[in-house]
Amino acid sequence: MRWLIAFLFAMQAIPALAQDALPPAPYAYKQLDDPALEAKATALMETLRCLRCQSQSINDSDAPMAGDMRHQVRSRILAGEDPEDVRVWLIERYGDYVSYQPEVSSTTWPLFAVPIALILLALLVLFGRLGRRHKNGDA
Amino acid sequence: MRTIFFIPLALFLFFAGLAGYMLTQEKDQTVASAMIDKSLPEFNLEPAYDGLPGASRRDFIGGEPKLLNVWASWCLPCIAEAPQLETLKERGVEIIGIAIRDKPEDVANFLARHGNPYTRIGADDISALQIEIGAAGVPETFVIDGDGNIRYQHIGDIRENDVPKLLQILEDVR
Repeated sequence: MRWLIAFLFAMQAIPALAQDALPPAPYAYKQLDDPALEAKATALMETLRCLRCQSQSINDSDAPMAGDMRHQVRSRILAGEDPEDVRVWLIERYGDYVSYQPEVSSTTWPLFAVPIALILLALLVLFGRLGRRHKNGDA
Repeated sequence: MRTIFFIPLALFLFFAGLAGYMLTQEKDQTVASAMIDKSLPEFNLEPAYDGLPGASRRDFIGGEPKLLNVWASWCLPCIAEAPQLETLKERGVEIIGIAIRDKPEDVANFLARHGNPYTRIGADDISALQIEIGAAGVPETFVIDGDGNIRYQHIGDIRENDVPKLLQILEDVR
C-alpha cells in the first residue's frame, strides 16, 4: 500500500521547470466578440510567424509568446487598427521574417522576376523553333 | 552527345549537393530586433516583486547608458548569465530588468538564489514590452543610451567573453 501511494505520487506531473506560471494574456485564447473582427484577426494571425516555433503561425502555436502576440493582434484590431497596419507594426520590430506574406522587396524581387524571365525565355525558344520548322516546310 | 543535355543533370547535382551541404550546417534560429537605433517605446511597468521599483522608459533617460535585461525566473540560460550580470554591475553598469510572465515570489526566489544585479525590475506579464522592442525570447539584453535610444541587442545569455564587448559598447554610446 505504501508503495502504491509512493507510486501514485511519483506519477503526479509536477513540472519542476514549467515554462511560466502565469495565465495567458486575455486575448491569447479568447476570440473577439465581433465575428467580423475575429475573422480579420485570424486571417492576419495565420500569416504571422511564431518566433519561438518558427515553422508555425501564431494562430497554430501554443507557445506562451505566440499567445501574447495573438493578444496584441486581437486587441489592436479591436481598437480599430487595420490588419495590414498591425503587420507593419510587427515587421518594424522583428523584420520581414515575422510575416509569411510574400512581399516584393530589394531582397525578394528575384523570386518574382526569375519565373517571368524563364517563361519569356521558354516562349522565345518555342517560337524560334516553331518558326524555323515552319520555314523548313515542316520537314 | 551534345553537352547541353547534361545541363539538367548538372543542375540537379548542384541542388542536391547544396541541400546536402545545408543539412550539415547549424541552423541559426535567432531573430534579430529591427528596433536597433530606434527610440525605446513608451512603457510603464509595475514592480515585478516588492523588493525593487518597477521600470519605465523615463528610467533610461539621462545619465550613463544602461542595460535593459529581458529575463524570467523560469528561464534556464538566465541562471547561466547571472554571474556576468553581477560582473557588469560591479563595473558600475546600471541594469534594469524586465521580468517576462513571472510571479513575484518566483522573482524573489531567483534573486535570492542567483544574486540581484538590478536596480529596477518591471513585470511584463503579457510580453508586451518584449514584443514592442523586438525581443524574440529570454534572455536578451539591450544597450539603451542616455537619450532613450536602443543601440545594441545581445541575444541569448551573456557569456564571460561577451562582458568586455558589452562594456565597450556602453562606453561607445555614451
